Amino acid sequence: MRTKDKLIEAVTGSTLGFFALAVGFLFPLLTLGVLLYESLPAIKKFGLWDFVTGTTWDPVAEVFGALPALFGTLLVTFLASVVALPVSVGIAIFISELSPKKLKPVFSTAVELLGAIPSIIYGMWGLFVIAPLMADYVEPFLQETLGRVPLLGKLFEGAPTGVDALTASFVLSVMIIPFMSAIVKDAFGMTPSLLKEAGYGLGATKWEVIKDVIIPYALPGIVGGMILSVGRALGETMAVAFLTGNVHQIPKSLLEPLTTITVAIANEFTEADSDIYLSSLYYLALILFVLSFGLLMLAKFYLLERLGKRWGTKNI
Amino acid sequence: MGNEEHLKRVLIKRKAINVLMLGLSTLTALYGLLWLFWILGDVLLNGLRFLSLQLFLNDPTPPGIEGGGLRHAFVGHLIITGIAALIGVPVGIGTGIFFAEYGRNSKLIKAFRNVTDVLVSFPSIVIGTFVYALLVKPVGHFSALSGSVALALLMIPVIAITTDEILKLVPNSLREAGYALGAHRWQVIKDISVSAAKRGILTGVILGIARISGETAPLLFTSFNNNFFSLDVTKPMASLTVTIFQYAMGPYEDWHRQAWAASLVLTFGTLLFFIIAKAVVHRSGYRP
Repeated sequence: MRTKDKLIEAVTGSTLGFFALAVGFLFPLLTLGVLLYESLPAIKKFGLWDFVTGTTWDPVAEVFGALPALFGTLLVTFLASVVALPVSVGIAIFISELSPKKLKPVFSTAVELLGAIPSIIYGMWGLFVIAPLMADYVEPFLQETLGRVPLLGKLFEGAPTGVDALTASFVLSVMIIPFMSAIVKDAFGMTPSLLKEAGYGLGATKWEVIKDVIIPYALPGIVGGMILSVGRALGETMAVAFLTGNVHQIPKSLLEPLTTITVAIANEFTEADSDIYLSSLYYLALILFVLSFGLLMLAKFYLLERLGKRWGTKNI
Repeated sequence: MGNEEHLKRVLIKRKAINVLMLGLSTLTALYGLLWLFWILGDVLLNGLRFLSLQLFLNDPTPPGIEGGGLRHAFVGHLIITGIAALIGVPVGIGTGIFFAEYGRNSKLIKAFRNVTDVLVSFPSIVIGTFVYALLVKPVGHFSALSGSVALALLMIPVIAITTDEILKLVPNSLREAGYALGAHRWQVIKDISVSAAKRGILTGVILGIARISGETAPLLFTSFNNNFFSLDVTKPMASLTVTIFQYAMGPYEDWHRQAWAASLVLTFGTLLFFIIAKAVVHRSGYRP
């Protein structure tokens, strides 16, 4: 009986341990290895610097440069995050400080539901509903108003088609708002009510308590949440796949089609007819892996640990 | 006197800023909710308009011929997701148990856990390319099974992290009581920790399934697509998400209609899973 128990003990322990080792260590390492191996031909042919700065993407001539896709990814992610951050903080303030107690779970759940909608639905909705609206009303309007302003107007040149950087960034921002606001809201929730009450006791208004007590206290959470959302937005495929046009060019204005790393992979992977073409797409995937994994690790290990210690909040 | 006037003015200014900023916050919340209702409304209205029994019962017809359906995609989606869950659920739960029960005091295992946490937000399309290199390229053709593996790899971190967090909520005194009675570690895990955290683990599993049931990107180059009804998991198989992608990008009105209807089923299916998970948590009183 005893030996049987010991055997079960050993078997369960080692099986579970293997799972943990495989998931938390071998799997990411293997992914990196496979991506590296598959992109070796492209790495050999184009090198790192030439690939990252190359602007030509020509499958026929078999010349591949990643700059347009890389630039598109960074541009769309940046614009989406810039829009999403203030909105997310606003939503978090509203849910945690303003809404009546009874309605709090309702609003929380509503925002979480927005985050649970599959990304392809965002993409399709963007294509069928938002893109025509953008092309017919919003973009001509922007051209009439902001487009007349010198310098700034350059951003709104070109034919308003609705399939461009502006629409893609906008749909992506709607998609990351729920994720970002959920983390910010959680960070807000960690502020001890004692501190808040002290603020009110000194005669501060609600906004002053939020600005001077809650936000400083929740800052690591807000920063971490923002980086996590940016990391997620970088790798988002389906929400933008319909809306970029997949044109390998660096857009001169926000109304020109572009491509992102994810969209290029999604559209071209199964059509890649030469080894070097497929290998270049793997190279793009490798760059995306390093970018998003690096960013997420930074958020997880460095910023949250550091800031968390400073502000006394941990494990957000 | 002048001083009092000044204080009054400052107070009015502070109150005005307060109202302004709180008003802005409310507006942003409304802005967020606006899109939720807009998306759900559009999916519901357009979906209901084109939803029909044919959609579930018939296979696709060539564009232009009436009466086509998406039976092949519904069945394919269930098969791919089902196999993914069969692989992903045990591994995910096992990983979570190890992190929580064995790895509490080990820095190395904590690092593994944090990496797993990062993997939750990992770009799903990269996992698709990874599985393509391992399971599609050597075999020479796409297969439903490789799609399931890709989805399983996506759901494992989600389930592992939820399981880990839930198990950490189980008070240590319960475990100590078990050990005091002479129980082995596996008995403590099975009969005390896991049994106390059952509902929470179930939530994690449902959330994991909800997460993968709406995924498209990793399926594009693994299970690929198939215009015909197929039950063979070693061959390409249609899924709802990839079919929506193909149909929405396609030129035919009829395809667009079916894509809306399929979106309705997919969206509300996913949201239903999500709401069930929330309800399970709510009833157990856990707040993960």
